Amino acid sequence: MEIDPFIFRLSIFILSIFIGYYVVWSVTPSLHTPLMSVTNAISSVIIVGAIIAGLAGNSNSIFNNSSIFGFLAISLAAINIFGGFLVTQRMLAMYKKKKKDK
Amino acid sequence: MISANLSAIFYLISGVLFILALRGLSSPETSRQGNFFGILGMVIAITVTFLTIGNFSSGFIYVLIFLLVGGLIGAFIAYKIPMTAMPELVAGFHSLVGLAAVFVAISAFLNPDAFNLGSPGNIKLGSLIEMSIGAAIGAITFSGSIIAFLKLQGIMSGSPITFKGQHPLNALILISIIILIYLLCTTQSSNLFWILLAVSFLIGFLLIIPIGGADMPVVISMLNSYSGWAAAGIGFTLENTALIITGALVGSSGAILSYIMCKGMNRSFFNVILGGFGATNQSGGNQNKEQKPVKSGNADDAAFLMKNASSVIIVPGYGMAVAQAQHALREMVDTLKKNDIKVSYAIHPVAGRMPGHMNVLLAEANVPYDEVFELEEINNDFSNADVAFVIGANDVTNPVAKTDPQSPIYGMPILDVEKCKSVLFVKRSLSPGYAGIDNDLFYKENTLMLFADAKKMTEEITKNLD
Repeated sequence: MEIDPFIFRLSIFILSIFIGYYVVWSVTPSLHTPLMSVTNAISSVIIVGAIIAGLAGNSNSIFNNSSIFGFLAISLAAINIFGGFLVTQRMLAMYKKKKKDK
Repeated sequence: MISANLSAIFYLISGVLFILALRGLSSPETSRQGNFFGILGMVIAITVTFLTIGNFSSGFIYVLIFLLVGGLIGAFIAYKIPMTAMPELVAGFHSLVGLAAVFVAISAFLNPDAFNLGSPGNIKLGSLIEMSIGAAIGAITFSGSIIAFLKLQGIMSGSPITFKGQHPLNALILISIIILIYLLCTTQSSNLFWILLAVSFLIGFLLIIPIGGADMPVVISMLNSYSGWAAAGIGFTLENTALIITGALVGSSGAILSYIMCKGMNRSFFNVILGGFGATNQSGGNQNKEQKPVKSGNADDAAFLMKNASSVIIVPGYGMAVAQAQHALREMVDTLKKNDIKVSYAIHPVAGRMPGHMNVLLAEANVPYDEVFELEEINNDFSNADVAFVIGANDVTNPVAKTDPQSPIYGMPILDVEKCKSVLFVKRSLSPGYAGIDNDLFYKENTLMLFADAKKMTEEITKNLD
């Protein structure tokens, strides 16, 4: 009997939870705020679904009742992707070590 | 157009890059590289999606336009936002992830052909379950984050909003969501789908209103986690590995942060979620209002004390963020260092309104991160330090957490400020902190209260140090 592909995705999902668990515990507490903003940015990879949804309309009706939600989701996710990565970048640039001699 | 197998491999690569992005955050040195991996992963995911669809018709232009509009708004916000407003920003961003998940789910429900999920009214059962779970969690994330945002922004009162029968009502709604998903999957009725979304929006709203302002670190972490699970749900629907991996990462990240925050307050997760904390205790705090003697001083006294110290530990709290005192504080510390005084910073896990909030503010004020320590790292040093300078913190220093089992904060790990030779408290008034309880430290022999705005006081101390 063949294994349902769902099981493979479920395996990936469960194993990723464990990876997430160990990776996040190793994040230094002083970087917890950047951690939140960067997880925000990467969870917006949901834009992949939004693009598929947006391009689902045919050339006669680019905006139909289904694709319009896709387009709106593209904008929302894009705010998050750009905003999330850039604000993380901005924060991380501020973390400096003590200057050796002064 | 590239094959489905090839694109699946690319999605896997971008999933791995996202793991590396989080891995980079284990130290500030590797963190910038980590962020770059994250961006690279995102670029790969988006590019591969375009190539897989391979349809560069007029619709493609609109995708780019919407992408660009969102991107510009995001970039603008990222550059303009002050660091003190990070909690609001993150809450706002969570709401967008939630709403995007809802929109993608709606789109997939209305036009399942585009996602190879069947046809309207006849969607594959597994996909429908995944889609409705993703949509429900997305909706909860959205409305919950909106409330958190309004509370943090001060548009909505930070005090908990409770009413009779709140918990039974919430439980009822949560059960009805499960029933709705079941019915939706058996009937495929679009009306049920809309009702499910409406009810999920409602419960997100109801779940967050009873939680008070100072519990926001837990709420934000929890919503972070939800946004991850919502993304994972949609990832299953779209059969997209990158989305599943990311959803799991973000989901567990938020869950761990919530756990750390709860532990920092010695409260169970359910205790925080059920809310209402602080509202009932307020009256208890005011009862023992016997006049106890308090020593209060001015900037001159504080400067004198610190000048004669050999080591000073700074304890910043939310009050510092409110007063925007972080830059003034760093200037004061610079002056102290010129006088050969050893200065370090002690950060309590729940200081501020989100995990790591104080660290970011200090980093913004150019405080080197190797002078900033977590509770476990520095707590033993208080007994050797001459002066503890508490600025805008209160409950996290309250020794009652160790001594009085009746206290609402009993058992909470605290910074052992009382072990210092002398303690300076910068505070507006004697009013109790968020937990609504008096701080014994105010009345100790070796405590000097500095009643003033945190920023003005630190500036004045700096002047007096010269």
